[in-house]
Amino acid sequence: MSVVTVQLGQCGNQVGQELFDIICSDAQEGQRKTYSAASCERFFHQTAQGDLVARALLVDMEPKVINRSMSMAAKSGRWSYGASSHFSQKQGSGNNWANGYCVHGPCHRDAVEELVRREVERCDRLAGLIAMMSVAGGTGSGVGTYVTQCLRDIYPSSFILNHLTWPYGTGEVIVQNYNSVLTLAHLYQLSDAILVHENDTVHRICSRLLNIKHISFSDVNRVIAHQLGSILQPALTADSHGAYSRNPLGEKGQTLLTPAVVDRRLHTHGELVSALACHPEYKLLSLCTIPQMASSSIAYSTFSWPGLLKHLRQMLISNTKMEEGIDWQVRPPADSGRSRSLTGGSFNTSLANLLILRGKDVYSAETGGIDDPALYTSWLPSKEAFSLWKSPVPFNKYEKSATLVSNSQALLRPLDDMVGKVWNMFASRAYVHQYIKFGISEEDFLDSFTSLEQVISSYSQLC
Amino acid sequence: MTQSVVVQVGQCGNQAGCRFWDLALREHAHVNKRGLYDEALNSFFRNVDSRKSDGAEFAVGGRIQHLKARAVLVDMEEGVVNQILQGPLREVFDSTQLLTDVSGSGNNWAVGNMTYGSAYREKIVDKLRKAAEQCDCLQCFFLIHSMGGGTGSGLGTRVLSLLEEEFPEVCRVVTSIYPSGEDDVITSPYNSVLAMNKLTEHADCVLLVENQSLVDIVNKIKVMSHGTKPGLNIKRNSAVTSGQGGLSGAEKPFDAMNNIVANLLLNITSSARFEGSLNMDLNEIAMNLVPFPRLHYLVPSLTPLYTLADINVPTRRLDQMFSDAFSKDHQLIQADPKHSLYLACALMVRGNVQVSDVRRNIERLRPSLPFVSWNQEGWKTSLCSVPPVGHSHSLLALANNTCVKPTFMELRERFTKLYRKKAHLHHYLHVEGMEQSFFSEAIASLNSLIEEYHHLDATKARLTPDAPRLSIAR
Repeated sequence: MSVVTVQLGQCGNQVGQELFDIICSDAQEGQRKTYSAASCERFFHQTAQGDLVARALLVDMEPKVINRSMSMAAKSGRWSYGASSHFSQKQGSGNNWANGYCVHGPCHRDAVEELVRREVERCDRLAGLIAMMSVAGGTGSGVGTYVTQCLRDIYPSSFILNHLTWPYGTGEVIVQNYNSVLTLAHLYQLSDAILVHENDTVHRICSRLLNIKHISFSDVNRVIAHQLGSILQPALTADSHGAYSRNPLGEKGQTLLTPAVVDRRLHTHGELVSALACHPEYKLLSLCTIPQMASSSIAYSTFSWPGLLKHLRQMLISNTKMEEGIDWQVRPPADSGRSRSLTGGSFNTSLANLLILRGKDVYSAETGGIDDPALYTSWLPSKEAFSLWKSPVPFNKYEKSATLVSNSQALLRPLDDMVGKVWNMFASRAYVHQYIKFGISEEDFLDSFTSLEQVISSYSQLC
Repeated sequence: MTQSVVVQVGQCGNQAGCRFWDLALREHAHVNKRGLYDEALNSFFRNVDSRKSDGAEFAVGGRIQHLKARAVLVDMEEGVVNQILQGPLREVFDSTQLLTDVSGSGNNWAVGNMTYGSAYREKIVDKLRKAAEQCDCLQCFFLIHSMGGGTGSGLGTRVLSLLEEEFPEVCRVVTSIYPSGEDDVITSPYNSVLAMNKLTEHADCVLLVENQSLVDIVNKIKVMSHGTKPGLNIKRNSAVTSGQGGLSGAEKPFDAMNNIVANLLLNITSSARFEGSLNMDLNEIAMNLVPFPRLHYLVPSLTPLYTLADINVPTRRLDQMFSDAFSKDHQLIQADPKHSLYLACALMVRGNVQVSDVRRNIERLRPSLPFVSWNQEGWKTSLCSVPPVGHSHSLLALANNTCVKPTFMELRERFTKLYRKKAHLHHYLHVEGMEQSFFSEAIASLNSLIEEYHHLDATKARLTPDAPRLSIAR
């Protein structure tokens, strides 16, 4: 089963290129025939000459980044993008969501849909679609939202996962909060799940864990790609009987509350989307991967599954997004003491979690207490709330690595901050004229703010 | 890739424009080693076959044959344009791009705007249209002019309103050179205020440059280069005032000052022309820096002003570059933004600078810079990997800051001094089409602009409460 990726805007294209690069080198390493075959089938199609071509589209409103991404891929010598699998215009979206969504999107709808169709037709079976974009700019956010809408229209029964990169809190684009809020509000209606990386967090990983002195966007993008690769690469589930899970994204037709139930006839397998985003009000996913360290240190380190899992569990409940400065004081509250406030208590309640373990001796690894019901909200049975995938193949040079994809309160604070700032800016109507110029109204802004306040409220109430 | 067209009006506009083309060629020669006509060159130049009389154009990708600037040169006297056509840049322009007359505007805005504006309307629109048609995807018009005289100020603003009329979708970025207090043109306050009214109405954004600041920077560099401290020699072609390495030979007066303006334009467009890890197109400038339509006056500052010839550039120097961008000495108007209120700020970085360097410096400088309450993290950053000639990295900061208020207030004062006595007014009112209401409208517009900045300033000390949130019932 194959996944088609749509890369949108500068960030989407830059991160996408790093992702395919990591997936390709991971797939081609060593003699892991079934793993390689599954991975290649999922993300690449093979030409008559045996060359790997990514199942991806590159979309941007100006050509510089696409050109760069395509040439970097070709330079790798191991894989490339399809020569005609891209769409660009001459002039960008000017950091304006409304320009992307109302003008560029509809204008180029047919061309982009044609490209998507062609790519999907090359797949034997479509597992789902991934749209990669940032939320701060104009193309990724605006055109990305419009394209997601088109994908939803054309493929109503396929999984759509949106991977979003949230900008640095201290600004890359002045109107980033407007663009982010408009995007998130719309995507909540269209997407099956929204997987988020925050630039601030990834930046800290680069400086504290990877010890990179002068961090560039390539460094940041490579970390994001590593984390994404660790969830998208093939893995085995308890019920897949040694075959790599066919659909990493999910299986439609599963009822909301029984995502992990085995149905041997259908060869059900791990479901990223249906396991985690099982309720329409809760679609925000975050992830963390450990270990992350400078490649020079990897050779000198040893890892144990119990050790890794213990850290990961504490990172989850204390909402620490990297393996440093973990607050070991935070504990799951006793049954009676479940608090419902945003700020009260630093315990991070989860709705659902997916744990993915890769590497040596993985079969001996246990769940590390991450399936403990105390970590989850009371209204979802923990059996449905927790899923576990394993792969004996070490990923990207780490002998053992563990990734946790969570639907929890982890993104609540950053989201709340973003919405707070947006209200402040909107109160003075600053920059609003720039958006109205392209066709959205003050009502549209208010509708988006309201939707997100709803999401914030839902997540705050989790206990 | 998009193209931009430069429209230079008047003596100052054409002299500064001329320096821009010289330095642009120098920059591209530096970067473009293989002599291919690439996308970056395409943004400002056409590539024509000079043997054919119709000047057929070559597409991107081939060798450079003959570069022609995407420009329109307008002046109501012939001296400056003739000089350009006799100088080494003559090959870069062809006669269809020029519009000249003989007698000049006599430092009279009304003559420039009304008399010549009407007489040459057709011709001007014609030439602009031709330049626009030669572009695949025209993104921006750059207008360069001065405010104090007659042609640049009067005809220049007429051209600006024509640009809005004929090409409403295309961004209009105006570089306006404001006169210093001791300007030798007595009527410069009238011309400037009349022109400002048009700028407020028709420009998308205005890059403010004051003559006095250019003079100060030039002097500062002169002092550095004549200093006798050992090990402190400036790399000759790196000074922001230097034209060395370009086509023109000996420096003419005002060249040093005009080179600063030329560098400003080169740096603003660098991220749109060359690649980088965080690109910034020209349409993003207005989007991010103009929160309210009329408040589109931006204060530029350029660093570094020069590079020392000694090798090692430790990281401390990089951080120094960021600090300098906010110091009084590097601003292109006589103002101190650190003590006024920032509405928004853009940092356009060129060269080998990474996102972590920018983040570190923003965090470091942020506490000392007052930002308006609703835009506390109002930074727009861009990273272009190609540095300017003679430097390993550079920074252009564009600020929308209330420090322009004193500049505008001074201008208003100089205007009022003359207007109260009705001094020289008859020269203007005699011009056909000109009425006293133009003056009263212009000063009213300036007053309300100053008021708006004043309101924002007042919020500075006040602690504004957070806007109310929606509470969702459960």
